[in-house]
Amino acid sequence: MQAKKRYLILLSAGACLALLFYLGGVELPAARRSRQDRSRSGYRPEQPWPHYSDPLHAFLPWDQTDTEDYNLHISPTQKRDVNRSVYRGKRCRMDSCFDFSLCQKNGFKVYVYPQQKGEKISESYQNILSTIEGSRFYTSDPGQACLFVLSLDTLDRDQLSPQYVHNLKTKVQSLPLWNDGRNHLIFNLYSGTWPDYTEDLGFDIGQAMLAKASIGSENFRPNFDVSIPLFSKEHPRTGGERGFLKYNSIPPFRKYMLVFKGKRYLTGIGSDTRNALYHVHNGEDVVLLTTCKHGKDWQKHKDARCDKDNAEYDKYDYKEMLHNSTFCLVPRGRRLGSFRFLEALQAACVPVMLSNGWELPFSEIIDWNTAAVIGDERLLLQIPTTVRSIHQDKILSLRQQTQFLWEAYFSSVEKIVLTTLEIIQDRVLEHGSRSSLMWNSHPGGLFALPQYSGYLGDFPFYYATLGIKPYPKFTAVIHAVSPLVSQSQPILKLLVAVAKSQYCAQIIVLWNCDKPLPAKHRWPATSVPVIVIEGENKVMSSRFLPYESIVTDAVLSLDEDTVLSTTEVDFAFTVWQSFPERIVGYPARSHFWDSNKERWGYTSKWTNDYSMVLTGAAMFHRYYHFLYTHYLPSSLKNMVDQLANCEDILMNFLVSAVTKLPPIKITQKKQYKETMMGQVRKHQSNFIIITNRP
Amino acid sequence: MYASGKYSSRGPALIPRMKTKHRIYYIALFSVVLLGLIATGMFQFWPHSIESSAEWTLEKGSVHDAPLIRLPASSPIPERGDLSCRMHTCFDVYRCGYNPKNKIKVYIYALQRFVDEFGVPISSTGLSREYNDLLSAISDSDFYTDDVTRACLFIPSIDVLNQNSLRIRETAQALAMLPRWDKGMNHLLFNMLPGGPPDYNTALDVPRDRALLAGGGFSTWTYRQGYDVSIPVYSPLSADVQLPERQPGPRRYFILSSQTAIHREYRAELERLKEENGEALLLLDKCSNLSQGAASARKRCCKGQVYDYPQILQESSFCVVLRGARLGQAALSDVLQAGCVPVILADSYILPFSEVLDWKRASVVIPEEKLSEMYTILKSIPHRQVEEMQRQARWFWEAYFSSMKAIGLTTLQIINDRIYPYAARTYEQWNNPPVVKWSSVNSPLFLPLIPPRAPGFTAVVLTYDRIESLFRVITEISKVPSLAKLLIVWNNQNKSPPEESLWPKVGVPLKVVRTKENKLSNRFFPYDEIETEAVLAIDDDIIMLTSDELQFGYEYFNYLYTYKMPGDIKNWVDAHMNCEDIAMNFLVANITGKAPIKVTPRKKFKCPECTAIDGLSLDQTHMVERSECINKFASVFGTMPLKVVEHRADPVLYKDDFPEKLKSFPNIGSL
Repeated sequence: MQAKKRYLILLSAGACLALLFYLGGVELPAARRSRQDRSRSGYRPEQPWPHYSDPLHAFLPWDQTDTEDYNLHISPTQKRDVNRSVYRGKRCRMDSCFDFSLCQKNGFKVYVYPQQKGEKISESYQNILSTIEGSRFYTSDPGQACLFVLSLDTLDRDQLSPQYVHNLKTKVQSLPLWNDGRNHLIFNLYSGTWPDYTEDLGFDIGQAMLAKASIGSENFRPNFDVSIPLFSKEHPRTGGERGFLKYNSIPPFRKYMLVFKGKRYLTGIGSDTRNALYHVHNGEDVVLLTTCKHGKDWQKHKDARCDKDNAEYDKYDYKEMLHNSTFCLVPRGRRLGSFRFLEALQAACVPVMLSNGWELPFSEIIDWNTAAVIGDERLLLQIPTTVRSIHQDKILSLRQQTQFLWEAYFSSVEKIVLTTLEIIQDRVLEHGSRSSLMWNSHPGGLFALPQYSGYLGDFPFYYATLGIKPYPKFTAVIHAVSPLVSQSQPILKLLVAVAKSQYCAQIIVLWNCDKPLPAKHRWPATSVPVIVIEGENKVMSSRFLPYESIVTDAVLSLDEDTVLSTTEVDFAFTVWQSFPERIVGYPARSHFWDSNKERWGYTSKWTNDYSMVLTGAAMFHRYYHFLYTHYLPSSLKNMVDQLANCEDILMNFLVSAVTKLPPIKITQKKQYKETMMGQVRKHQSNFIIITNRP
Repeated sequence: MYASGKYSSRGPALIPRMKTKHRIYYIALFSVVLLGLIATGMFQFWPHSIESSAEWTLEKGSVHDAPLIRLPASSPIPERGDLSCRMHTCFDVYRCGYNPKNKIKVYIYALQRFVDEFGVPISSTGLSREYNDLLSAISDSDFYTDDVTRACLFIPSIDVLNQNSLRIRETAQALAMLPRWDKGMNHLLFNMLPGGPPDYNTALDVPRDRALLAGGGFSTWTYRQGYDVSIPVYSPLSADVQLPERQPGPRRYFILSSQTAIHREYRAELERLKEENGEALLLLDKCSNLSQGAASARKRCCKGQVYDYPQILQESSFCVVLRGARLGQAALSDVLQAGCVPVILADSYILPFSEVLDWKRASVVIPEEKLSEMYTILKSIPHRQVEEMQRQARWFWEAYFSSMKAIGLTTLQIINDRIYPYAARTYEQWNNPPVVKWSSVNSPLFLPLIPPRAPGFTAVVLTYDRIESLFRVITEISKVPSLAKLLIVWNNQNKSPPEESLWPKVGVPLKVVRTKENKLSNRFFPYDEIETEAVLAIDDDIIMLTSDELQFGYEYFNYLYTYKMPGDIKNWVDAHMNCEDIAMNFLVANITGKAPIKVTPRKKFKCPECTAIDGLSLDQTHMVERSECINKFASVFGTMPLKVVEHRADPVLYKDDFPEKLKSFPNIGSL
């Protein structure tokens, strides 16, 4: 018994020992490895990767590129043709699915198919079409067009929707110019339907480009499609409300940190995130409210939390929250985009995106990191910590950028459509396209036309960003309309006075008089060159043509009967140097709302404020000559030419629309006003403003 | 079994009941077991610093010491890259998580030498010099972690920079063998020369599951936007050749073509352009008479004349970078280094780091089809823009192309910015060279917003003890319609402010803030009480006869004064009891890039009874001291931010011959 017992104990002890060594032996290498790691951080924290010092090969042998004489059997031209035939449909790119040759002759022109009788078109799509027709890109001749837009309403492709257009496939195929969708642009806001909400439009779009809301990055064809924001039926066609930010508060925190109010989907696509929001809701500064009350039979599907959620939901007012929150959550809906996005943007409530895979609106040109917080649905629970970690300065700057982007690209259907067209135009004229700075800083891509110049310093807006100053001289442009009869005429005195200015580089006399040009010797001798240009059709607008002879940044625009002294001119220029993007000048006027007539009025009466500075004696940047001529719709310019008046008001409208700032009036001697009031402008009081601000 | 059960049930009585001989035996046995346990434990937990350092130096020595791994032929192969992969579908963000520093952690696998069954290496070159440089740079950076469990991104040490030197199948098998491979999740591969003959794919052909690819030469069809990173093809000349930076401006040649492997169709086109435009173009090619060898890569020839490459690139305004077999060309790097504006002709090419770099500012991209129009297109670009592009091109090279380190860290930063987008560098930060960053003006308040009258302004009055004068100022200011609040900064610690009943009655809230120290900077402290955007800062010895004469500073600048003003200046102001107003001007000018606006045309600002001794600003030494201030501030700011301005703002009808009662501000200007 004893011996047996002894052996047994001996055996078990031996087994224990064997086990120990076995375990230790196995663990040893692992232990050693982890030890090495630790020793690296302990000993040489700066050199964890052994910086191998052996003589290693270069990754690129010096002769590799020479020996790889490529594609001897296929020429680059053939290769391009192959690409064009291979990359179709979902793999379309500008190179393979767009015919650039159509744009070469006439530039970037857009044709809209004539509307067919009996075709119903939704209000939103009608707005899109009329915007294009009113834009400077429009052409009614398909032979000149570079881009084609359907008159068939493709906005709502949800089969369950009343707006859904049936038989689109056959209708599109029967279009004579369809050409498999080449150079066509298709607008869409909604696609797919319950339960999977696919991004398919339900008809073959061929090689057409999509301007689509809620587009997912997997389906988005980069530099081919355009992601547009989801906008509602009520979104104004033109004009549009300004952003809600009226003044900055410092520190920039508002009553709430993060808010959301919207539907909750109990099941199906897009429900996960909204279902989980209640985890983050704290009822104090993070208020995320959902309701189950939507759809007909919500009662049937409701879950345990619905009643509590619904009660909480009704306690808060959405508008109040929107205006009083620093951040606004924008979770995906059934589709990726949601209305919350534009609402938050306008309200200067920094959007916090929770929509994985959404290609954000105009992502090709907008740097969204400067205006929104891009969250990840998978990290919902970290969102409060994340937004709280954002520094005050950053919040201020995000908030300002929301306002800039809203007003530059989103506030109206017109802006959304024009931005879409400009993006495509930039692709077509690749070497003459806008840089990201032009798109992402004030005044935005719609007002900064790259056709004017590719150099940022040629524009009035970027001096501060580039750290440079405008050219320190100006060009005077005198608009002459009456014949030269005597040597004491005001125009000659003006010429002499301006020429004496130390900042004057040259004087251009625009001869818009019916009488022939006076002989050269009749102009006074001046120290600066005087260029006389004879107006071709003697219209008002020609005074703002971007003449090539204007080489300076500043233009001093003058009427022929303006009376100015040299010091006044010098002073105007020094003031302008501080405000190069605005109109700086002498005679000021203002507008007012005439409540009796229910319309705007114009006045030259002496008032305490002004909103315009007349271009009869004003200094502004030459870029506005370009904008006036190439940006303004021809209907307005024609009206000015027919009236032979109001070109100065139009110029003020233009500059204020671009800068969002008033002009600057400078002190003058009294005699200027006397001549002004004496003769030239007869109908100055209660003049009717010619258009709404663009 | 029975016996042991019996004894064990008796438990504690076991040892005492045994014979002494046995007892010793058992004690010895247990001691051995115990010792074994302790030894194992010690081996596991002993600080190992000393013993392992030998291994470390050994490992550092040579790549040949890296462990050899034999790949079985049947070893699994990863799937080909999935074109629909995006960060939210193929990247595990939980591994990165919330991180107070907003920095991803990158782990680098230790070097292994992979061979197939027959002992043949999977790569003809093994670890290349460039890849070694790249991994060394990453391991030296903040991104690096040696803790594999905390890593968010994994970088294999398998070198796939040049596909030419790889055996595709075996490389893929090696990748799949990595211990953390997990379908390539969160793995990053660097490749600069993808594809191979005859059709040269534009992305690495090695199957790689979900791994991210930092590739040179992506086309728009292989690039997964927002997932892959397009990187440049590193040029070895970057390290070998020092090209001094040249001032932007016109060059001897207008267009230069220096690449050697240009398709004959394109070369013919270039020759034709040369015929049309003569000396403005220079077309270079291989030197046929030179002996082959690495040195010949540094020479180019044209009609028997030999030029040094890449030096010759500095002699041209524009340099052609045409696609070769691959879209990515190392020549792009040389061209940028030379400060020559690249003219890129490579259809569908995703330019290096295009996610963050604005190539429109540094290059001209022309479709291959339009090669014949190149001259006309380039001629239409304004000179100043060309100069700007030359500067930008050189800067791109310095910041993002110049070394493997620059390329690697830029790649990681791009991925980092995707994972922590709220802490990402802005597009402007990526694209603005430091020169511009310093001279330009960028404030968070950049919106052209005119504050409405409604919220009004807050008046901040700094006072020490001149109560009578102070009360007069208060009474005057309180007449201003847009005054929202009065804030009195009581800077006297020895004396309490007068009782509430003694203060003048005003229609707006009045608050007195008692400060801890008599400091002039207290006036610009961003008090919580200030709720308006506009702040009027005045001294107690200035009699504001009219409410119209205001000097507005913005609350934001108050805020900046405390939190943004270099600490140096603030201390200096407090010590000298002067110049706080000048400091404010420096700050505002520095932030806005604009001169202040003077409002009132009044001459007299002082109260009549304040004597010279009383009034701080009338001190004899005052002017001298204030000049001192200006010099000191200018040196701290590093520049002279003050802007000279020759105009001031007057009310529209100021001094006009117009009935006074109809003017908004009739009381301005009585001198």
